[in-house]
Amino acid sequence: MSVDNQQIEIDLLLQAIYIKYGYDFRDYAGASIKRRILKRLSSSGLGSVSEMQHRLLNDSYFFKQLLLDLSINVTEMYRDPSFYQTFREHVIPNLKTLSHVKLWHAGCATGEEVYSLAIMFQEEDLNEKTQVYATDINETVLRKAKEGIFPEDKIINSEQNYKKAKGSKQLSDYYFKKYSHVTMRNSLKKNVLFADHNLATDESFGEMNVILCRNVLIYFNQKLQDRVIGIFNESLVEGGYLCLGTKETISFTSYGNQFKEIDKEVKIYQKI
Amino acid sequence: MAEKSYDAVVIGGSSGSMEALQKIIPSLNRQLKIAVIVVYHIHPDSGDFMVKYLGQRSELAVRQPIDKEAIEPGVVYIAPPNYHLLVERNRSFALSIDEPVNYSRPSIDVLFQSAADTYTEKLVGIILSGANTDGSLGLKYLKDRGGLAIVQNPETAEMGTMPKGALSAASVDHILDPDGIASFLNQMAK
Repeated sequence: MSVDNQQIEIDLLLQAIYIKYGYDFRDYAGASIKRRILKRLSSSGLGSVSEMQHRLLNDSYFFKQLLLDLSINVTEMYRDPSFYQTFREHVIPNLKTLSHVKLWHAGCATGEEVYSLAIMFQEEDLNEKTQVYATDINETVLRKAKEGIFPEDKIINSEQNYKKAKGSKQLSDYYFKKYSHVTMRNSLKKNVLFADHNLATDESFGEMNVILCRNVLIYFNQKLQDRVIGIFNESLVEGGYLCLGTKETISFTSYGNQFKEIDKEVKIYQKI
Repeated sequence: MAEKSYDAVVIGGSSGSMEALQKIIPSLNRQLKIAVIVVYHIHPDSGDFMVKYLGQRSELAVRQPIDKEAIEPGVVYIAPPNYHLLVERNRSFALSIDEPVNYSRPSIDVLFQSAADTYTEKLVGIILSGANTDGSLGLKYLKDRGGLAIVQNPETAEMGTMPKGALSAASVDHILDPDGIASFLNQMAK
């Protein structure tokens, strides 16, 4: 397999980012990373990926912009309603038997899923005994997640999905409308701790009953997926739940036999 | 064309291309030993309808690819609705939920460009009927890397915008109707 020069430049750029800033994108899935880097390249006015490398080594503001491009920021409220419906039916009853629930949103991006689940927990009377950890590598998106302010145009679709997910009220009961944005109610984030955590370089943290990491692993290569599922395996209590995106699987990692599949379609696993 | 061998075929289609896909995929010969990867613009909630529909009518296995799955010859892969489908350098699949490209997710450009990076001159790209121009850039990119470009004859396409866009963006090797595309691909079966 021949490697073109641009691919060499991209590999070197990722290496430079790691050495200079400590963010490790070297085991992210290459095709998406390339698209993101080239998108920034074309808007930057620079001539090549090598020029970008030079620039970001000497300009931490430029790096911050690129970091935003490289981190996984796409998310929406109630994406895949069938996941939320299945979670409500199969996981919630089990959580209700516990005295305390610890839940980790790994790679929460701007937090839409954090609020989606917090709404369900409120409707199921679980919020009071639940501690939520919402983590991401990017402080800019974490700040957005904490604010819980989302553009109104994305909410319309979420409203329909909330209904499909068998939400018991109206989604609008959980936010205030202001200008063209909606602000999620404070009660939803009362028990949420937003924190910095990097799945590529940081370690496990413990005793979780539920870990949600949906549509993050698709951006990692097999080696990094293996590392991350290892971290989740270590962080979950026995019988704890791991929720992945509907097109993600643990079958290509070394931990396939540590989990049983609760639902094949929406990818909810339980640690044995 | 027999002197050159290919490892994969990428196909992109939008509105009106179901008719073409219905002709092409079920006609493919069991002996075809290359991967066929399809992006078809479809409603985000349509699940695996396409896979079932074409699978029941085809000799080749028709599947929705799983993230990080190794790409196998002789299998037809249909991109899942609401995800981009990309090919990685080690000839496996990756999915993404990045923003739509050309208002489309899955986007034909995204598949074609990543596949061309991996398969270079071992790739055939085919653009079918559609009402937008997703795939034009991807086909040009594929051509620039030595791949072979085929476009459905716009006169046989229900929607001509997409094939016409591809024809003006890339120097295309063949302009064929759906039956012609099927027999062209079957010639590659050895």
